[in-house]
Formats: sequence, C-alpha cells, structure tokens
Amino acid sequence: MALSGMRGLSVFISDIRNCQNKEQERLRVDKELGNIRTRFKNEKGLTPYEKKKYVWKMLYIYMLGYDVDFGHMEAVSLISAPKYPEKQVGYIVTSSLLNENHDFLRLAINTVRNDIIGRNETFQCLALTMVGNIGGREFAESLSPDVQKLLISSSCRPLVRKKAALCLLRLFRKNPDVVNVDGWSDRMSQLLDERDVGVLTSSMSLLVALVANNHDAYWSCLPKCVKVLERMARNQDIPQEYTYYGIPSPWLQVKTMRVIQYFPTIEDPSTRRALFEVLQRILMGTDVVKNVNKNNASHAVLFEALALVMHLDAEKEMMSQCVALLGKFVAVREPNIRYLGLENMTRMLMVTDVQDIIKRHQAQIITSLKDPDISIRRRALDLLYGMCDVSNAKDIVEELLQYLSSADFAMREELSLKAAILAEKFAPDLSWQVESHLMHTKSFNVGWFNCVNNRYVDVILQLIDKAGDFVSDDIWFRVVQFVTNNEDLQPYAAVKAREYIDKPAIHETMVKVLSVFGHWRLWKQVSAYILGEYSHLLARRPGCSPKEIFSIIHEKLPTVSTSTIPILLSTYAKILMHTQPSDPELQNQIWTIFHKYESSIDAEIQQRAVEYFALSRKGAALMDIMAEMPKFPERQSALIKKAEDTEADTAEHSATKLRAQQQNSNALVVTDQRPTNGTPPVSQLGLVKVPSMSNVDHSSGDQGATQANGILTIVDPQPPEPSADLLGDLLSPLAIEGPPGATAQADYNLAPGAKGVSNAEEALAIAPVGQQTNTVQPIGDIAERFNALCLKDSGVLYEDPYIQIGIKAEWRAHHGRLVLFLGNKNTAPLVSVQALILSPSHLKMELSLVPETIPPRAQVQCPLEVINLRPSREAAVLDFSYKFGTQMIDVKLRLPAVLNKFFQAITVSAEEFFPQWRSLSGPPLKLQEVVRGVRPISLVEMANLFNSFRLIVCPGLDPNANNLVASTTFYSESTRAMLCLIRVETDPADRTQLRMTVASGDPTLSYEFKEFVKEQLVSIPTISGAPSPAPPQTQPTIASTSLSDPGAMLAGLLH
Amino acid sequence: MIRFILLQNRQGKTRLAKYYIPLEESEKHKVEFEFRTHKVIYRRYAGLFFSLCVDITDNELAYLESIHLFVEILDHFFSNVCELDLVFNFHKVYLILDEFILAGELQETSKRAIIERMGELEKLE
Repeated sequence: MALSGMRGLSVFISDIRNCQNKEQERLRVDKELGNIRTRFKNEKGLTPYEKKKYVWKMLYIYMLGYDVDFGHMEAVSLISAPKYPEKQVGYIVTSSLLNENHDFLRLAINTVRNDIIGRNETFQCLALTMVGNIGGREFAESLSPDVQKLLISSSCRPLVRKKAALCLLRLFRKNPDVVNVDGWSDRMSQLLDERDVGVLTSSMSLLVALVANNHDAYWSCLPKCVKVLERMARNQDIPQEYTYYGIPSPWLQVKTMRVIQYFPTIEDPSTRRALFEVLQRILMGTDVVKNVNKNNASHAVLFEALALVMHLDAEKEMMSQCVALLGKFVAVREPNIRYLGLENMTRMLMVTDVQDIIKRHQAQIITSLKDPDISIRRRALDLLYGMCDVSNAKDIVEELLQYLSSADFAMREELSLKAAILAEKFAPDLSWQVESHLMHTKSFNVGWFNCVNNRYVDVILQLIDKAGDFVSDDIWFRVVQFVTNNEDLQPYAAVKAREYIDKPAIHETMVKVLSVFGHWRLWKQVSAYILGEYSHLLARRPGCSPKEIFSIIHEKLPTVSTSTIPILLSTYAKILMHTQPSDPELQNQIWTIFHKYESSIDAEIQQRAVEYFALSRKGAALMDIMAEMPKFPERQSALIKKAEDTEADTAEHSATKLRAQQQNSNALVVTDQRPTNGTPPVSQLGLVKVPSMSNVDHSSGDQGATQANGILTIVDPQPPEPSADLLGDLLSPLAIEGPPGATAQADYNLAPGAKGVSNAEEALAIAPVGQQTNTVQPIGDIAERFNALCLKDSGVLYEDPYIQIGIKAEWRAHHGRLVLFLGNKNTAPLVSVQALILSPSHLKMELSLVPETIPPRAQVQCPLEVINLRPSREAAVLDFSYKFGTQMIDVKLRLPAVLNKFFQAITVSAEEFFPQWRSLSGPPLKLQEVVRGVRPISLVEMANLFNSFRLIVCPGLDPNANNLVASTTFYSESTRAMLCLIRVETDPADRTQLRMTVASGDPTLSYEFKEFVKEQLVSIPTISGAPSPAPPQTQPTIASTSLSDPGAMLAGLLH
Repeated sequence: MIRFILLQNRQGKTRLAKYYIPLEESEKHKVEFEFRTHKVIYRRYAGLFFSLCVDITDNELAYLESIHLFVEILDHFFSNVCELDLVFNFHKVYLILDEFILAGELQETSKRAIIERMGELEKLE
C-alpha cells in the first residue's frame, strides 16, 4: 500500500527494519533524531510536507521505545495548519506524544476550540478525538459546553456525535466537578432512543460514568436501558453490520447491563419483569459452540447477565439456574470459559442460599486445582477458600495440604496462607479425626484437655513442613499467637513439636516454631499444679528430659539463619530456667553458648546473649523475667488482614465499591473473625525492635532516634488507615494476569504485558541503578533526596507507599556510622526484606543484619559502618528489596557516603596557607582547570556552598575580591589527615566560567577533589536543601548542626 | 475502560501503542505495569500480540472479542493484513484505531462504518 507519497518515511522504516541488532538500530535512530533536530532548528526552510514527514518519523521512533524529547512544539503547531493532511498529523502525533499534563497542549486550546465549533466536520472529528484521548482540566473548562452541544445536535452526523459522547465522557471522568451535567438525565434518556448503534454504544459508555457518579438522577434511563436490551436480545432489531458472529452487538449489550448494575435495585415491577425475561432468555439461550469468536461473544453477554442476576437478588430458582450453568462452565475444557466460571462462582458465594448448590460442584473445582493454567488454578483456590465452611472444612483443608507439595512455587505462599487461615477459622471442625484417634489409643486423657484445636496444630505444622520457604513469617507469628492464647492447645503443640524436631531435615521456619513451642512443653513439665497428669505422662516418655530437648534443638543451630538464632537463645534460657533442680553440665553448656555469642556481630544476638548470660546467673530472679509469654491481646489475624482484598482506581469509582462487594468473597468470608475491640495490630514477638505506638509521638527517649522517628511520622503523607486500605490488596491474582487468549497453551506465557509476578521479579533483578523497573512509585525525587543528604546528615533517603528509609549519619575522620531507619508505613508486614551494600573499592562497609520482616507500622534500625580507604568520588549503592503481599519491590539507592563526608573543616591563616600552597607546585599535586558552563552564582552563594561541604572559605587570603580561597582536611586510611586547598578565580563579567586551582599532598586526592568541586559547581544540587550555612568565618560544628535542631531538620526533610 | 492498547511482535518490537491515561515516559516503555487494579487481555495473531489493559471489573470476553474485531477491521482495510502492512502504514493504523476506540471506550463496532470512514479520509489526503 502506498504511503501517501512519504518516501522518506518509508526509507527510514526500511532502514530500521534492516538493522541487524539493537545497537545499529539505536545508531540509525540517533542519526535520524539529529537530522530532525537540525531541520527543526532552521524552521524557515521547512515545507509543511517536510514538517509532516518529520513529525511522523518522531512518532515512529517514539513508538519503538526511544525518548523523543524535542519537536513537541512542531507537532502541536501542525494542529493549526489550515489543510487537512497537516492538521491530521498534528492531532494524531500530539495525542500520542504528549499527555494531558503537558504544557504545550495549552497553546493549542484555542485552535482546538475553533475546530470543534467550526463548520468543518473533519476538523471537528479530529479535535474531538484528541480531546477525548488526552484532554485535561483546561480542556474541560473551556470546551465541555461545546462538546455537549454537538452530542445532542440534530444537524450533526452520527460520526461527530459518537465522538462527542466519548469526548464528553473523558472530560467528565477526569473532572466531574467542571463538567456541568445538570439536567442531563432527560438528554441521556433521549439519547437512548437513538437508532444509530454507534452513537448508542458511545452514549451508553457515557451513561455508565454518569450513573456511577450519581444514579439517583438517572432513574428515567433505567426503563430505556431495558428497552435497549429487549430490542437487541429479544427482537434482534439491529442492523446486520452491528451483529457480531450473529450476536447483536455484544459490546452494547454488556454496556447496557453494566449501566443497570449501577442502580441499587429495580422498583418498577413491569420493568423488572421485562428485564428478567430478557435475562432468562440470555441464560437459557447460550450454548457452547465451536466457533471461538461466537463462543466468546455470547459468553461475554452471558457472564454480564449472570452478574446482573446476582446484583438484582433474583429468586432462588433463577439463582440455582445460574449456579447450574456455572457448574457446567467449570467443567468445560475451553480455558477462558472455565476461568470465568470459577470466578463467577466465587462471586456467587455472596448470594445467600446458593452455597449448598455450589458445594455440589466441589469435586470439579478441586480438579481445577490441577489445571495446566495457573490463572485457573488461582481462581479455583480462591473459590475453595471462599466456599469453605463447617461442613466441608476438613475436606478442603486436607485437599489444600495435599496439593501443597505438588503446587508450583508461584502459588505456594498464597496457598499456605489460605490454608493457615482456614485451619484457624475452622479449627473446631477439623478435630474429629484426632478425637477418634485419641479415643482408640487412650494414650491421652481425653477428658482432661480439649483436643478440639489439635488438628489446627497438625495442619499448621504440616503446612510449614511442606511449604517451607513459602510460609511467610506472618503464619508462624500467628501460630505462636494462637497457641499462646489457647492453653488447651499447648501440651499437644509441645508433643507435636517434639515429634517434628526429630526429623533429620526440617525447615528453618519449623525450627522457629518448634523452639517456641518448646517453652510450653518444658513449662508444663515443671508446672505440676496445672498439668498434673499431663506432666506425669510426659515424664514417662523417652527423650523428653530438658537436656535431651536442648541437644535436639541445639543440633539445628548451625543450619539456621541469624534471624532464628535469637529465638534459639531465648529457648535455651527458658530451658535453663525450667531445669529444676539445676543441672550443672547443661548450665555450663548453655553458658558457653551465650558466651560465644556475646561477641556476635549481630546486635540482636549479642544483646540477648549478654543479657541471658547475666540473667541466668541471678537464679531466682530469672523466674520472673523469663516467665511464660503472656497472652496476646485478641486481635485480627494478620493473615486475614493480608488476604483481604481492596480495590481502587478504576474508571468508575463508586462502581468499584459496588462491584467490589460482588468481586471476591474473601473480605466477607473473614469479617466475622474480626474482634470487636480495635486493638491496633502491633507486631508480635521481640524479633525486631518495634517502637511502641506511644513512642511515635516522640515525647521522650533517646533524642536522636526519637527525632528521626517523629519526623518520619510527620513526613508520611498518608494517614494510616486509607493507605492500608489502598495497599491491602495483593493477593488478587486477577490483578496480575488476564485470561489467556484463545491461543494454544504453550504460547500462554509468552505474551508481553501479561507477565506474572515471577517474571516481574526476574526483570527487576537486572535493573540498573537509576532505571528502576518497580511497579511502585517512589514518593519524592530519589536523586534530590540523595543530593540533599550529601549536604546534611539526616533525612529521608527513600520513600514509597509502603516503606520509608531514613538515614542518620555521624562522621569522624575516615570513619562513618550510618543508621538506616526502615519504617513500614502499613498495617501489613513487609516481608523478604533484603539490603545489600554494593560498595566501591575505596569504601569498606559493613551493614548489620537487616531483619527479613518489618512488622506493621514498625521501624527497624540498621547500623552501617563505613571506613574510607582512599579518596574517590564514587558512591556506594544500597540494593534494597522487599515484598509487600505478592509484589516484589527492588530499589537501588546511592548512599550519601560521599567524598565531602570525609572532610573536616579547618581554617588556615595566611602564615599556614602560603608555604603549603607554594610547596605543592604543579601537577600531579597541584591541578588547575578552567571550568565553563558553571551555574552562575554570586561569590557569597559559592562560599556558602563550599561551607556546606565543610570546605571552609578563608577570607582575606586572596587580595582579589573576585577570588575565593578555601581549605579543608580530608581523611582516609591511605592519606590519613590531609590538607586540601583550593583557589577559585571568577570572572565578574562572565559568571559561567572560572579558573580553579586545587592542591593537596596526594595526587589522587587532588584530582578527585578537583573533580568533586567541579561537579558541584556545574550542577549544584538543591542548594535550598542544605542546612543554613554558617557565615564564612566561623567553623561549623561537624555534622551536628542539623541534628540538634529539629526545626531545621524538619525543614530539610520536608523540602 | 481501556487503559492502553499495545501491539507487539514476537521479538517485542512495538507496532502500535496508544495510552488513554497519562503515564510517565519511563512507564510507557516498560511492560511491568501497576497491574493491581487492572488486567491485561491479550490475543495472539501469527507473530503479533494485541494487548489491552482494562479495569479489573471489566468484562474480559467482551474486550477479548473487541481485539478480534479490530483485527478483522485491519484485515479488511489492508485486504489480508500482515505485519509489514502495519509497519509501513503505522499512521493509518493510528487513524483506524481512533475511529474504533476513543477515550478508552469502543466508539464504533460496525466494520463497514469504519472502513467507509477510512475511505472518506483517504480522499481528503
């Protein structure tokens, strides 16, 4: 097909196609961009045709994924071209290259308005299309009345009116406060009588938004919508060209039913009857056919009808019909239909009375757990989770446990989470098996303890055993919490723990749980007055003496990670306490271990070792301190919190709420578990240091830390509750993957744009610094925060909706101590937290252990020791990653351990300066360079800038008032303390250039120092973020000015 | 509503991209999107993937078939469309798309109406 004579464009596209590799392609693109740039610079010689050609090329380059950061003006200016060919290009390219927030768009508003109100229909269409695609607030303000007029105009062709309808939709969605729709219900009602299906389809989309916004105003449209449905579904009164594989426009049908779902109910009996008649027809008249397209189209309509039936709370008979239909779909081979069958059945759970009918399909649903398609497996899991109740809990939990060993990794965490929740929720119903087992064996006195919850322990231990790595910390926290609060459960848990720990290879999480359970077992043994018979039973069992328990647990120590060691230390302390009468050999053994860990590099381990060692020598006092864990306050299970779904940000917000109720049953199934008292979820167990809630209002305590704490709280822009709600949803697998196309299964995972979480993770792993591919948007500019931190010693390094990383640093000579404050902003924990320091060769850095989990709303402090070996300007990078729900977030952050941090201010007098300056003659110790392109700043500003690096200006040394002399001491291991001197000669006539001479006793230092200062002068990092610099004469106190002044610190942080 | 439409070949070369929501430049060029409240519906035709990102509550099958309708329209317009047609006439594809989808919603579902409209526009050039 001819390319409208644009030969240059064709040639360019061919060239690109012929490129052998990415590198060649980039070269070709760069060449073309250079060419276009030159041509645009000299616009006079450019014909409209050429301009058009170049703008097309720009769009093509942009589409290939290259940045096109110029020429926007040229594209926009084509919009005002008088002739169609140029105007068309202007409109199309502008609406692809620019978005609604672009300033240039403002320039076009007048032209666009003239095109819209003008008489040229083609121009009207172009303008409406662009506004409909990228129109922002200003367009809404100046154009919406005109667009409204076009939509209801009787003189316009349908062509213009359908565009006007959608253009108005865009403006309304974006700015409902600007677009005035008063009195539009009558107009919409009239539009629904429209015969042109194109206009009707577009108007129906508009109506969805209007009704979603305020359904009360549009009741008059409801009967009309039913009429439209009748017209299509019953009468098939629709032009041939609007049928799709024999089905009257499935899209219009779907949209119309969507509109009806935004009305809470249908009052008018005749409308309701008419609607149900149509729905019945759809439900009954849809068959699975061979043709894929026809099948999909008819089922699109059918599933929408099902949603509507559910919404309308139809009679039970109709509901049963729906479930029966869905049951049929769940058994169908076609993956899309099967997927939707499962999904809709999950929605059906919300409808009362049909659960029993759904349960009939349980076997079929369980089969879907083994479907080759992971989306289907996920849906099946959701459904099973949702339909689990007293009657089938046992079967379903068994099934999930069994499936756990064969499930693929991508699902195990979710699976184990759901199984854990069900096990807890239906604990009483899982028990019969154990009971009968106990009846027979008689090894336990059934009458004595309530074994109802034992099955729960079995399930959870099995879960941890089978799923290992995929069991999140929340699960084991919760187990411990649950068992602590259920005394009846403790002996059984202890016995089971003993059984599991005998296994040769057990997972680390298991070790954690077992060692905690161990406490009760031992505690029970000594607390004869409570346990009586039980301890008696235990004592007769072999392998249960304190010593034996200790050695079994201790065997596992070499295999566990640093985060588990503290728990084991606690267990040892408890074993020691419970060993009555004391066993000197055991005591010595344990003391040796404590002693060994007293010098651990991990602060948590070290502290516990030191404390337990000291405590265990106190004898009786130990009993009080090491007493049994108190009961946890009743609170919502963190697991349930984790599993709860939230939704936000769809086109129609109120609609989301409405639909969310039907969306997924998780939320409702679990709400009855919520305790009525609103205890805030605080972290359990002393694994990481968690500031207590009261600490957040920073009233007392260690000043530095509390300050940082308080500030972190203040900077947090989101109130805790909404943020939790917004971010709560992570389990919904739907959010990650759409249904597969009708293509072969093998191709299923190949599609771009439909990557699962695991793919995203892989992609993240290779993201280079500064080019983060995270799905989470950081709050604030990372580079700006880094630059600010280069000048001050505390502030926020990074922030996103989930986490805030603050930093506080102290520098002394070539040593530095940074503390990273990792603050979880949410009411759900952050897991898989990892921090890796990629340090350049000149820095020796050691980061203390970062906990794997940051509990909800807690802050963890991680000290980082830095030693500067040599002068270098390279920055260290913190590779920080964590997981929130199923989302993996990975950021690479430069750390402000930069050259100037190892400066120490020094003022030198003329007597000291000049001999030194003269003795360092010429390169490589003394370097001189003329720097151009300096950002013009006054001498005073420059002096302040230098001072902020602790590079102290020495006034009066240089007789020339346009020059600046400064000095500092640099510290590193190789150079020791070394004086650095600098002289800057500025040109008052041209502030953008200067001559700089630097000198020091080390060639590398001189070079690095010179380059450093140059960098600062050429692009000055946010100078306003610097702490108020001291006047040039005084020597600023090192590193502490900003720390001791909370006001300044806050100002810096908020900047 | 449709958040964006993306047409890529098997090598990942983009043949068409149109966004109906404002995205940062850096976001546009990578595929891992904020999927939490959206879903991607896609379909493969020979070596070409057509993807639509839509709201989580949207009707999947309806959008799946709208991809097919778009392909049928392209097929009709280019009479037996192949990837090369789309490459060398990418600007035409944008024109067709603008007649088919506007503001993230379907504007016209009649193949004939769109083909006729394209004919009118070609006469103007």
